[in-house]
Amino acid sequence: MTSPIAKPVAPASPVDHSLLYPSPYKEFWQAFARNKGAVMGLAFMCLVVFCALFAPWVAPHDPSEQYRDFLLTPPVWLEGGTWQFILGTDELGRDLLSRLIQGARLSLLIGLSSVVMSLIPGILLGLLAGFFPQILGPSIMRLMDVMLALPSLLLAVAIVAILGPGLINTVIAIAIVSLPSYVRLTRAAVMGELNRDYVTAARLAGAGLPRLMFVTVLPNCMAPLIVQATLSFSSAILDAAALGFLGLGVQPPTPEWGTMLASARDYIERAWWVVSLPGITILLSVLAINLMGDGLRDALDPKLKNAA
Amino acid sequence: MSLLQINNLNVRFGDANAVPVVDGLDLVVDAGEILAIVGESGSGKSVTMMALMGLIDAPGRITADALNFDGTDMLKLSGRQRRKVVGKDIAMVFQDPMTALNPSYTVGFQIEEVLRQHLGLKGKAARQRALELLKKVEIPAAESRLDAYPHQLSGGMSQRVAIAMAIAGEPKLLIADEPTTALDVTIQAQIMELLVNLQKERNMALILITHDLAVVAETARRVCVMYAGQAVEVGQVPELFDVPAHPYSEALLAAIPEHSIGAERLATLPGIVPGRYDRPVGCLLSPRCPYVQDNCRNQRPSLDPKAHSLVRCFYPLNQEVA
Amino acid sequence: MLSFIARRLGLLIPTFFGITLLTFALIRLIPGDPVEVMMGERRVDPEMHAQAMERLGLNKPLPVQYLDYVGKLAHGDLGESLRTRESVWTEFLTLFPATLELALAALLFAGVIGLLAGVIAALKRGSLFDHGVMGISLAGYSMPIFWWGLILIMFFSVSLGWTPVSGRIDLLYDIEPKTGFMLIDTLLSDEEGAFKDAVMHLILPAIVLGTIPLAVIARMTRSSMLEVLREDYIRTARAKGLSPARVVFVHGLRNALIPVLTVFGLQVGTLLAGAVLTETIFSWPGIGKWLIEAIGARDYPVVQNGILLIACLVILVNFVVDILYGLANPRIRHQR
Repeated sequence: MTSPIAKPVAPASPVDHSLLYPSPYKEFWQAFARNKGAVMGLAFMCLVVFCALFAPWVAPHDPSEQYRDFLLTPPVWLEGGTWQFILGTDELGRDLLSRLIQGARLSLLIGLSSVVMSLIPGILLGLLAGFFPQILGPSIMRLMDVMLALPSLLLAVAIVAILGPGLINTVIAIAIVSLPSYVRLTRAAVMGELNRDYVTAARLAGAGLPRLMFVTVLPNCMAPLIVQATLSFSSAILDAAALGFLGLGVQPPTPEWGTMLASARDYIERAWWVVSLPGITILLSVLAINLMGDGLRDALDPKLKNAA
Repeated sequence: MSLLQINNLNVRFGDANAVPVVDGLDLVVDAGEILAIVGESGSGKSVTMMALMGLIDAPGRITADALNFDGTDMLKLSGRQRRKVVGKDIAMVFQDPMTALNPSYTVGFQIEEVLRQHLGLKGKAARQRALELLKKVEIPAAESRLDAYPHQLSGGMSQRVAIAMAIAGEPKLLIADEPTTALDVTIQAQIMELLVNLQKERNMALILITHDLAVVAETARRVCVMYAGQAVEVGQVPELFDVPAHPYSEALLAAIPEHSIGAERLATLPGIVPGRYDRPVGCLLSPRCPYVQDNCRNQRPSLDPKAHSLVRCFYPLNQEVA
Repeated sequence: MLSFIARRLGLLIPTFFGITLLTFALIRLIPGDPVEVMMGERRVDPEMHAQAMERLGLNKPLPVQYLDYVGKLAHGDLGESLRTRESVWTEFLTLFPATLELALAALLFAGVIGLLAGVIAALKRGSLFDHGVMGISLAGYSMPIFWWGLILIMFFSVSLGWTPVSGRIDLLYDIEPKTGFMLIDTLLSDEEGAFKDAVMHLILPAIVLGTIPLAVIARMTRSSMLEVLREDYIRTARAKGLSPARVVFVHGLRNALIPVLTVFGLQVGTLLAGAVLTETIFSWPGIGKWLIEAIGARDYPVVQNGILLIACLVILVNFVVDILYGLANPRIRHQR
């Protein structure tokens, strides 16, 4: 007689983990991570943020220090280059790599502050326009239309012309210029949500106006706003660079990437790296943010997706 | 010789191991006859006809032992050669007329295109013929409709225009893929009548794809019942309704609401059509068939002539009845 | 259709007034004493100051000043440039054709290549070409165009010597500005080789200016085409036995182009903004460069009314695009 070998009994119905809903954050991350470009963009931006945060320690030299003996040194992989200045030096002997890293700080600062400065009033105005569609709404929208009538760079140029050049004015100008898109987006989203039953239910339950606006409706409008914020961030970097290039934005010797390009114009023939490298940094950063923005849009709301 | 002969048609989306959407289909249509193809959504009825018309794109693959139309082997035709046949000798009318017409061009333009392409008509002659076609499909005030845009027409009128476009090339075979499903009930009858009249007049073969058995009973001479990509029964019209041989045909007929008057529940077959991952080794209906036997689960029956019809079943019903 | 046009026109008027208000406010917002700003001097003699205030109407209440301003505009008086003493309007008219020529060349470049690339990318969806087009267009609107201009100059003008570095035409040629369009004027003149020279000068700036519109148009065309090709009427067209070319270009493209048209129109704004940068890099004598120099030189009449004119231009073009869109889309055309 064989003794029955006691086998562990498998549970009658094992817990099917795929049936457990992942948390919204996990779900979002999974959708986002499917887009390889977006992930690469995110990785690059993390690098940039790191450089920006730890600039003084990451940069090999002081960005404003001029090495008189090393004017216009080529990058290390070219003849005449040295490991001391990996990406070479500019016309005043300043280390390009350090200046670029410092510039990352500036660009991120400009991007972040202009987005915050325009997002908050933009959302407020959009909410007001959506909740009061009789008179207040149309007036706000007409004002936004007027602001949108001018191409954004020209409006920024005009504002800086009034206020004068410099970092702070650049941020203000870019913030003003980005405002209309947020207002439009918020208003459109709000007007879409106001028809929904959950809003009516909240109203019936006695929600006051501030609560209706900020707690009930606004969180459901965030998806397109987040996407727009990322795109505004990248436009901010481009516009700040453009203003710097035109001499209207951040002034030399502050190492903003666009400002660096303005003084580099004269050295096209002699020192191509002074011209190319700041521009490549701008390109890569903006590209990274745009890729992230695309990924965000696809992950947050499939309906917003372009026909892929 | 038949007008249309299809032997062992297979359509797969993907590689050779992918599940076939049309599985070994055999079909024969004679000149001037009306054949109805019935089946559930997903049974492969539309895909079969689209394969015939050359409207299946990669990753779809079509294989068949024979796909002959009017003596021509459709499989061997180049794109250009096929385009001489499609739209002219074989034409198709689709399900949703509101989206089937190009919104940016007038009705006249879209009909004259067919005339120019297949009959070489141009200018005034084309316009004249287009007008005749519109009158033929019983569109009121046809003259003004020639310059109308699709969004200015109702569903019924749009479908008439689609029919006009289809018969413009004087086809020998007209395929109507659920032509009335998207229309109002009152218009449905009109459109069906129109199709039948046109068929009679021009002695066209008409393949009517539908899931409305009432329409089949009234109009078709022969009917092909499809299930999961296969033809399971092909028979004459009154006979198949009176003495269905395949269990699925019987179930279809039983499912008509009028047959369940007085009953507590509508008659249905339990289960669903096999999908990608649960295609049976044996007869495709075996998981659901109320008459299933053991060998049904292991072997696939072939489509064989039995008492009244071609049946794909080892144990067809109603065989004793004369 | 008429009511559509009327409605659009109606929206135009308040926007126009809004712009005038904006430009009026812009100048009044400049910090500092307006007379000193206008004169460009500090410590103006008090009597002269009072006279200037009187003359410039600056002691009247603001709303009155605004009405004066609008009144002057209605008469076509846009003030004088502080630097050249020329009428702002005249200067604008003289310089505008240069920008227009550049913008049209850029739009031609962007439109032709963008449409083609977008259509082919849609037809060959998922292929290397498709991914390439998408990648390049993403890079296209991610890059600073002034840098792009510098790179192209570095490469094509300096290293290869194929194109000139700046300007509209070589100083050797003396071309009479009959139309203001260098391409036409060189054809009309009898100078040898002038036309070719003008074209060579136009190529790089047009490419630089057209890069962003190219990227946007290519993307938009591709996605619009992909959507259209999925529609039922494309299947009907194929079932009619029409050739693939006809199906794509007659049936498909016609509908796919409708949304692309709006994008075309929106690009005007991008073009004008880009013109400012492009003209600066290539020393192209257009209104972009004019505006930037005026800002640098504190030439406020030019700044104020230059911006006004540019804004009006953008509004006008958007209006025209709106109308064209209405014409192209039969559903809107037949609205009552």
